[in-house]
Amino acid sequence: MGSYTEIVWLGINVFLFVEFYLKFLVDRWFYTRVLLGHALPWARAPAACLNFNCMLILLPVCRNLLSFLRGSIQCCSRTAARQLDRNITFHKLVAYMIAFHTAVHIIAHLFNFEYFMDAQLNRNSSLLTFVLSEIGSGDNASFLNPIRSNETNPTFVMFTTVAGLTGVAITLALILIITSSVEVIRRSYFEVFWYTHHLFVLFFVGLVFHGFGRIVRGQTENSTATNNPLVCANRFEEWGRDGSGCEVPVFAGNQPGTWRWVLAPIILYVCERLVRFYRSHQKVVITKVVMHPSKTLELQMRRKGFHMEVGQYVFIQCPSVSRLEWHPFTLTSAPEEDYFSAHIRIVGDWTQALYEACGGDKNEPQEAWKLPKVAIDGPFGTASEDVFQYEVVMLVGAGIGVTPFASILKSVWYKRIQNNQEVFTKNIYFYWLCPETQAFEWFADLLHSLEGQMEERGVSDFLSYNMYLTRWKQEDAEHYWVQHQAENDPITGLKQKTHFGKPNWDNEFTSIASKHPRTKVGVFLCGPPQLGKSLEKQCLSYSEGEVKFIFNKENF
Amino acid sequence: MGKIEWAMWANEQALAAGLILLTGGIVGVSGQFRGWQFAAYAIAAGVFVCALEYPRSKRAKGTSVSRPGQHCLTMCVKAFGPLTRNYYVRAFLHAGICIPGGFMLATVLGCVCLGIASLIYLGAAVRGEHWEPILPRKDVRKPVGESIKNPPQNPPPRPPPEMRRKNINDLEGAAYDNPFSTTADEY
Repeated sequence: MGSYTEIVWLGINVFLFVEFYLKFLVDRWFYTRVLLGHALPWARAPAACLNFNCMLILLPVCRNLLSFLRGSIQCCSRTAARQLDRNITFHKLVAYMIAFHTAVHIIAHLFNFEYFMDAQLNRNSSLLTFVLSEIGSGDNASFLNPIRSNETNPTFVMFTTVAGLTGVAITLALILIITSSVEVIRRSYFEVFWYTHHLFVLFFVGLVFHGFGRIVRGQTENSTATNNPLVCANRFEEWGRDGSGCEVPVFAGNQPGTWRWVLAPIILYVCERLVRFYRSHQKVVITKVVMHPSKTLELQMRRKGFHMEVGQYVFIQCPSVSRLEWHPFTLTSAPEEDYFSAHIRIVGDWTQALYEACGGDKNEPQEAWKLPKVAIDGPFGTASEDVFQYEVVMLVGAGIGVTPFASILKSVWYKRIQNNQEVFTKNIYFYWLCPETQAFEWFADLLHSLEGQMEERGVSDFLSYNMYLTRWKQEDAEHYWVQHQAENDPITGLKQKTHFGKPNWDNEFTSIASKHPRTKVGVFLCGPPQLGKSLEKQCLSYSEGEVKFIFNKENF
Repeated sequence: MGKIEWAMWANEQALAAGLILLTGGIVGVSGQFRGWQFAAYAIAAGVFVCALEYPRSKRAKGTSVSRPGQHCLTMCVKAFGPLTRNYYVRAFLHAGICIPGGFMLATVLGCVCLGIASLIYLGAAVRGEHWEPILPRKDVRKPVGESIKNPPQNPPPRPPPEMRRKNINDLEGAAYDNPFSTTADEY
């Protein structure tokens, strides 16, 4: 699915490379190629690809723009809408391509500088290269060779030309951005990543000015009329003499063209940052803070005009903790509720500071006015409304991946019971795979309350859930074994028991298929890709007869 | 930014710089540029820096992710003891290594990148960080006693039969709790 975009993008890269390579093989560049050989097109082709990729790189991170686009596309095509969710992956891919083309471009220019220098050092009037280098020494405007004398060296020239200086600056910026963006640094020291990434401003400024020196020079149109390279190249000793038919060639540089590629994305990105800034000043009120066991903080909030759908996420900022950090969290509330909530696990500096700002480490409840100000950007993400299209649904969540299902389960419940709507979904089979007991508690509370409400209304078969402890310790098992006869599960307190190990998918699929013949069963997963592959295989193999299992590649 | 280990970033930067030095050196030598001797030096320097920087240090806090196949180099780097452990030494070493790269265009970029890495290492050293090797964790399992291989030949010692017989007059004392219920299987 996402690979179509990537194939098209790769195709455009190849096309641009080849087209611009060929563009520099025409006669206008003949004399330039006398000096540089094929190093000229080898430098210009990646330059064109760099223009293209630098244009693209800002677009995937304009999340508000993408969200707006997704909203308008969604009515036409859900598939296209889902493409827009893989934006960061695409951003990284484009970045790698920029790094690659930069390397090719620099290596080609290293050769170019060396050849330009060679032409100035071999001061022999019987060499075309030297004659070409001498052109323009008088007016310093019509020259071909940017190295104007033999008393210099390439390094010095590089640091004294606009192209060279900007080139060094933007390459350094690019390298620093890349080394601070590797996963180790990004996950552990987010601030280093985020602040260093802002070198992209320097990168784009340098990039736009990189061509202003017009250092790449070819023959002017007028000049090719009076000096046809194919004819006159060999007769360079006679250039300018009467009757030779060859005037001295005149050279000029190309107009800088990068701004034409990157201006629009830069404007879009500036708009994106303005939108984020505006949103960060919209008033968001924390209505309730709940501390759950095992270091999970629940924030219930309200904002005027906030509208969400199931399975979406928001970015949360807390200025008192950090002015520059926005972190994404899945929304765990249903759209039918009058607040929106996120369950935040306390795993790092920012979450720990947020926890303390909300008074988590104090024993008494906090006054409402003492709670910190927060800002919300979003909601983002494709709505997971597909869940409601199926009569029977299998939801599989692994570990923290269960979070979007909180929203879905609550929403289905509200639709079924409170709004008196005829909900198409009649049965939900929920599987929660978790490596340890500790992450259970807040979600178990939710299931507990759903369990209670279902019993009251006598609809206990609406939702059936299974928890699987995939990693367990000796003491857990012993404790469980001793309590085996208890009515409620000793770990979660729920009536349905916790299982140990991994689910036996064959059994599950078989039993669901036998209970619901002649139905389409939707299977949704939020978890690791290997589990996705194995579930997909199971769906295909059990979709025989009149039961169809449809695996949804949701990317929550 | 209190808990950042600058050495982690310095390490990434230095590794990148080593690769860039190496590439620039290869270009300079293969293109036979003027000053190719500096390029040849850059190849050697690049390889050295890459080898030194490839093994990641163990983090002071949190889990350390080692690079694939770094164990062998970790042992080599560890063998130099305080020379490689101390980041001041590394900072000055990189500063020294990068200087000859500045004399030739092809290696200038590698020189500047390594210089930046040297500065970050200096910052790390000032904050008291140092290099720790990531060693494979030895799984300490309780060694299974030798006796498991030789099951007992004789039954355990028991008190004489008179004592074992339950005393009917003292039912309370004779009873004992089963650790789990002994009712028949119900499921």
